Amino acid sequence: MLYFSRAKAAAILLTALVVCGFMIPNFFPEQTVKNWPAWAQRRLVLGLDLQGGSHILLEVDQNDIRKQRLDTLRDEVVRTLREARITWANAPAVRGNSVEVRLREGPDFPTAFGKLRDLSQPLGGVLQGNGMRTLEVVDAGGGLVRITPTEAAMIERTRQTIDQSVPIIEKRVNELGLVEPTIQRQGSDRILVEVPGLGDPARLIEIVGKTAKLEFRMVDTSMSAQDALQGRAPSDSEVLYEKQGDQRVPILVKKQALVEGADLTDAQASFDQRTGEPIVNFKFNSTGARKFGRATQDNVGRPFAIVLDNEVISAPVIREPILGGSGQISGSFTVESANNLAILLRAGALPAKLTVIEQRVVGPGLGLDSIKAGEHASIAGALLVVIFMLVTYALFGFFANVAVAVNVAMILGILSFLNATLTLPGIAGIVLTVGIAVDSNVLIYERIREEARNGRSAITAIDAGFTRALATILDSNITTFIAAAVLFFIGTGPVRGFAVTLGIGIITTLFTAFTMTRLIMAWWVRMVRPQTVPI
Amino acid sequence: MRLLRIVPDNTNFDFIRFRRFSFPMSAILSIVAITLYFSHGLNFGIDFIGGTRMEVQSKSGPIDIAKMRSTLSQLGLGEIQLKEFGGSDTVEVKITQQPGGEQAQQAVVQKVRSALGDEVDYRSVDVVGPRISGELLHWGIIGIFVAIGAILLYLWFRFEWQFALGAMIANVHDIVLTLGFMSITQIDFDLTSIAALLTILGYSLNDTVVIYDRIREMLRRYKKMPMTDLLNVSINATLSRSVITHVTVLLALLALLLFGGQAIHSFTATMMFGAALVGTYTSVFIASPILIYLGVGTGRQYVPDAPEEIAVESPPTAPARAPAPARARR
Repeated sequence: MLYFSRAKAAAILLTALVVCGFMIPNFFPEQTVKNWPAWAQRRLVLGLDLQGGSHILLEVDQNDIRKQRLDTLRDEVVRTLREARITWANAPAVRGNSVEVRLREGPDFPTAFGKLRDLSQPLGGVLQGNGMRTLEVVDAGGGLVRITPTEAAMIERTRQTIDQSVPIIEKRVNELGLVEPTIQRQGSDRILVEVPGLGDPARLIEIVGKTAKLEFRMVDTSMSAQDALQGRAPSDSEVLYEKQGDQRVPILVKKQALVEGADLTDAQASFDQRTGEPIVNFKFNSTGARKFGRATQDNVGRPFAIVLDNEVISAPVIREPILGGSGQISGSFTVESANNLAILLRAGALPAKLTVIEQRVVGPGLGLDSIKAGEHASIAGALLVVIFMLVTYALFGFFANVAVAVNVAMILGILSFLNATLTLPGIAGIVLTVGIAVDSNVLIYERIREEARNGRSAITAIDAGFTRALATILDSNITTFIAAAVLFFIGTGPVRGFAVTLGIGIITTLFTAFTMTRLIMAWWVRMVRPQTVPI
Repeated sequence: MRLLRIVPDNTNFDFIRFRRFSFPMSAILSIVAITLYFSHGLNFGIDFIGGTRMEVQSKSGPIDIAKMRSTLSQLGLGEIQLKEFGGSDTVEVKITQQPGGEQAQQAVVQKVRSALGDEVDYRSVDVVGPRISGELLHWGIIGIFVAIGAILLYLWFRFEWQFALGAMIANVHDIVLTLGFMSITQIDFDLTSIAALLTILGYSLNDTVVIYDRIREMLRRYKKMPMTDLLNVSINATLSRSVITHVTVLLALLALLLFGGQAIHSFTATMMFGAALVGTYTSVFIASPILIYLGVGTGRQYVPDAPEEIAVESPPTAPARAPAPARARR
């Protein structure tokens, strides 16, 4: 147990040295480290609780996705039936989670039903089909056909929605000029936005929480909005509201959009030359310019509405055809809201509504205090343990302290190598590891002492002590490791940071107990040839 | 230099007989803890019940909590708790979950910010919506059960089922008492509390396993020693280690408690109670003695003569026996 070949000893020391070495970049300023080779740049990242910042968790609105899906499905049904020249008894309509249509019963019914069933596609394309389909088409009797999107298809759609949303959110956040934001998807229906150093995320939330669906639509002047509100609105129009001061004014607009925000190439906030009010200038791409030009040409003298997320921003009258492909939106903007709108238009619309479901903000003051608290606690904890070990075991206590110091350095090295995030609970995990790490030494020393008491010579006692204690150390640490692993999987943010340091701490503890402590002891035994155990 | 000896060599305390006292005591304490849990409940943090928590620091001198309370109560946000936090210039504001879904929660922050104005700094703001809080609680509870299950499985493989069961009883005992502690102190029960509970589990087991390991070793080596003696010898032999280790952990936790700041205060306080106080007691006074009732080593007396270990390895309190042949088995 106490014999190490030269090669083995070298391998152990080299491993420890390399692992410890990974923590070196943390001691140099970031600017210096940037010039180092890529593999040497890995360093600890301070968690948001230590450096301050905002953590915003967004969730895609499932109802919005379902509603959109059902609306397009209804349109598909209408188109399919019209193309096949099939007449219906009751028009297709969205009811609950399905689209329902009542066809005429009779000899034509099977063909019509077949057409509708063909709308359903294998999920995930024909090639990698897994037997699941996008739609469930049911003949409910009496000519009624019920078409329901399958759960699997909805999940797939949610996943796609998130995939499309992430780059848009990224664009929007970057436009805000924030430093080092991270945007990542979480699970199947969430996006996590983290921005270090941001103490008030109000504007961020406003920017990421908007769908920003811009539409140019004609105002329906066939009746007044008041009449339409009485329930007599034409089927191709709807009542939307415009915010004027504190009031919400109803406006009847066509459902069909002339041009949509997707056709914009640029948008900039600016000021109206005449009134000095904040406005947003925009440019269309060539398709958008053509569509907008034609629409304005046909409708000179009539009002149209600029609609953002189903709210009318303004409803100006078209004075002349706008053929140049650019224009401006004026409304009751402030400088900030004009800027926000420009950002939103440049970044594009989200495919579905996102809701903020969690917000955690740490101000810079608390972050600094926490770093200080972490430092003080680490130093105090280390000092207390070191002194206690020296008082209890003297020389062996010194050995233990060396092993624990190597241990902590290795934890920091591994965390740096993983680019792990260090949180305040993470620091607590390290401090706790110091307490647990000495336990392996205590186990060994107490066992040696016991073996010596039972009459063994110093060297055989040390040897036997190691052999027996190591089995125990393994067993006892694995149980703690299981707890840390569970915590890692269920935890988020700071708690996960704690699980990571605790888990890594256990691994390094096992390494130092099985190698470093033994190696030190082996050297000491060879040099001193002890007759009695000094503890 | 004389070394510090917290536990003298060759202790010979009859832990097993002490179970006549420790078992009823633990039973009573557990009942008290469960009663407390149901009568006082836990002080759930916003992680689990949703809502808003803000740490607000005045830019000039102490905060007038009464005045702030009246300002905030005019916002019509339901129940609002205000509490001094760490110093007289810092206040913790807790606002219950608002009716009206996820967006209503997020709106609270803006309302409070405009009501309190520029006189204060916002050291931290947490808003947890109903969906997340439900999930966190769900996963927290699942996590504790999964951890217990996984550890049990491991102990079952490494030892025997009796040991796994004994460890589980000890585990549940730890968790129940810690929950009682949280209930009586009304410490915030949030995500870090789950972390604390799981760490206590791991830690208390760590200790239990060390003693079990020794019991298993003794069982293999001394086939004829009566069970009570064997357990006592095992606990006494590992006692010094148990105490020294717990002192070091206590020292580390003490440093965290004194210097670690308010953010992890409830975590360290819970750990201190659970790991250092309950964990040690449990592994020595509950987890080990209970093995007798679970039938470990019954019928040992009838095992035919097996070669004993060499004489020098005789345990400190082994009963007198015939001189054994000097032959090691390994």
